[in-house]
Amino acid sequence: MTIQFNKETFRDDYSFKNSDWAIKRFPFPFHEDSYMYSVNMEQHRGGPEGSVYEKRFDVDEHYISEMEDRAMVLADDPLRCQSLPHMTLAGWDLLELIMVSKSEDYPDLFELHRDGDTWRWINKPMGIDDTFTFMDETTLPYGPMEYITRQTQGDFCVLDQRDDNLWMDAGMVTTQADWSLDFDIGMNFFEWHAPVPLAHEKGIFKRALKFLLNIPQGAPARRLNWTMTVNPLLDTSPENYHKWGIQKTTLTPKNIGAKQHLRVELQSFFRLPRSNALVFPIRCYLIAFQDIVKSPKWGRRLHRVIRDLPEELATYKGFIDNRPMMLDFLSQYDDGLPTSPGVFPDNETEPALQK
Amino acid sequence: MSAAPQKAKAGAEKIDVTVSAVVPLNDLVTRFEFKRNDGARFPTFSAGAHTVVHMNDGGRQRLNPYSLMSDPSDTETYAISVRRDDQGRGGSLFMHRNVQVGDKMEITYPVNLFSLDLRATKHVFLAGGIGITPFMAMIAQLERSNGHWELHYSVRTPSLGTYVDQLTAKYPNKVKVYYDDQSQAIDLDKLLDGQPLGTNVYVCGPKGMINWVHKSAAAAGWPEANVHSEEFTAPQPGKAFEVRLCKSNKTITVGENESLLEAMEREGIDAPFLCRGGACGQCETDVVTSDGEFIHRDHWLEPEEQGKKIMPCVSRFIGNSLEIDR
Repeated sequence: MTIQFNKETFRDDYSFKNSDWAIKRFPFPFHEDSYMYSVNMEQHRGGPEGSVYEKRFDVDEHYISEMEDRAMVLADDPLRCQSLPHMTLAGWDLLELIMVSKSEDYPDLFELHRDGDTWRWINKPMGIDDTFTFMDETTLPYGPMEYITRQTQGDFCVLDQRDDNLWMDAGMVTTQADWSLDFDIGMNFFEWHAPVPLAHEKGIFKRALKFLLNIPQGAPARRLNWTMTVNPLLDTSPENYHKWGIQKTTLTPKNIGAKQHLRVELQSFFRLPRSNALVFPIRCYLIAFQDIVKSPKWGRRLHRVIRDLPEELATYKGFIDNRPMMLDFLSQYDDGLPTSPGVFPDNETEPALQK
Repeated sequence: MSAAPQKAKAGAEKIDVTVSAVVPLNDLVTRFEFKRNDGARFPTFSAGAHTVVHMNDGGRQRLNPYSLMSDPSDTETYAISVRRDDQGRGGSLFMHRNVQVGDKMEITYPVNLFSLDLRATKHVFLAGGIGITPFMAMIAQLERSNGHWELHYSVRTPSLGTYVDQLTAKYPNKVKVYYDDQSQAIDLDKLLDGQPLGTNVYVCGPKGMINWVHKSAAAAGWPEANVHSEEFTAPQPGKAFEVRLCKSNKTITVGENESLLEAMEREGIDAPFLCRGGACGQCETDVVTSDGEFIHRDHWLEPEEQGKKIMPCVSRFIGNSLEIDR
């Protein structure tokens, strides 16, 4: 299909919006009426046609605007993109993975022509047509990781694997849920997860690390994570907390449906071939509460999940203060009927709201 | 999450290949080269990776891991070099006796448990015998990126020096060969003493050699993280034993010449695995009850875990009863 790219902003006037198509394919993260941490990994090998799970790197209507927002963040703060010296090879691996995947998955949008080490990359939506020498940094305007991630939605952590651990040694991080690459650079898996409550005690990170260390080439994996964001902000970084944190106090019962967004990360994991590093793309999807409740199942379920979420998690995810107002809004869309299992909205089969 | 639930398959993804060359290198070692059946290119791999070769030995499935020793950037051909083990359980004998050019086989995607530390300012390789294979790929990778390396290679006799001629001809100043039959030995203490800061040492060879290098490096004050080793434990034969699989509700017998993992596979149990050499941790299985003695041969379990868990790919059991959570 041909994608109509939105002209929209994720700052100032917040003109971001989801089309009906984007709402329908939103990666709703709750497969049942409650939520607790789990490793919840599955293979990343496609999914239902048209869903965000179908392609290796999903491209949607927000592509151009997200890339413009990324360029602005980088212009203000170049440290959002860092790569330690030993990670350049992994950067080439990532460039290859994305170029090959996108040109195969979206042949109408992207083309890759390879003649030995001479590569030509055409990105039609962004109007890019570059010829360069693979593995020769001097032939690209940026390092390989920065070059390709300025053209790919989602944040990217490139993790070195050594000493039975993973190390945050490179990344492009401009659409993050309140964590900082500049702070975490060089940390290992347990160090950068240290602030997460409850999960350490449950042994989740030990199990998750073991799983990740063993992700083989050719068998990528994925999972979802989620949080809440007031206003459709991509850049909710600690560096800019003074700009966006205060916005959490602007919610009112009148504006909450439009302003309060569920923020979902589609996280995937690919083993990189030359470097044996692991790349961890974190793709952020935003949806306004008023758009979620258009699907009766999602409205019922989101109310139940937010209502029953342990206090530590609501605090860690940064919406403990706004939870009562969220529940007032969401409870209007919960009539107590049961919900069908799984993440999809099932709008054709789920009953309409009974109140 | 259940966007598209797919049960994870046991083992890495497989590639259908045809044997394109069988090259005897000396009395014990033969190189096998593979091409893809579908005409596509092999995935590039990182030096130090291995592949698991699936062999159909008269109806019996054998799966053995071998280091990929071809140039990692060569996506036309994968190559392994196999040392014949006359005392082993038969995988290497099958390769030597039965596998011919044109045979169809299955191999897995590369898995790397012995990768280069790309931060290293210098890489020192210590190889013993067939332990040379991962270094062949590492040398090719580092040569391409102008990496700083040297190889110290210990072999029994000149006639058993697999790839010695090729290596010494190509890299006369970087390769030093030591012959056991001429009483030559790596002067490890001296070697470890003279290295620049940021050097990493890699050892692949017999167990004794690996332990010697780890011990000597530790004694010389080397950080543990700068010393790398790969030891594939081929599953050893042993006395047959019975095991109860509680999830599958089955009792099976592990034969003398098969591993617990192989016995489960024979019985159609879908058990997870990756390296089949006791190193990756993927096949770790909880022990429910046991009355007897474990023979742990893996490099994965911590001492306090041994007996509570078992690695079915290489470890065995002798005793009255064993029940595992599989």
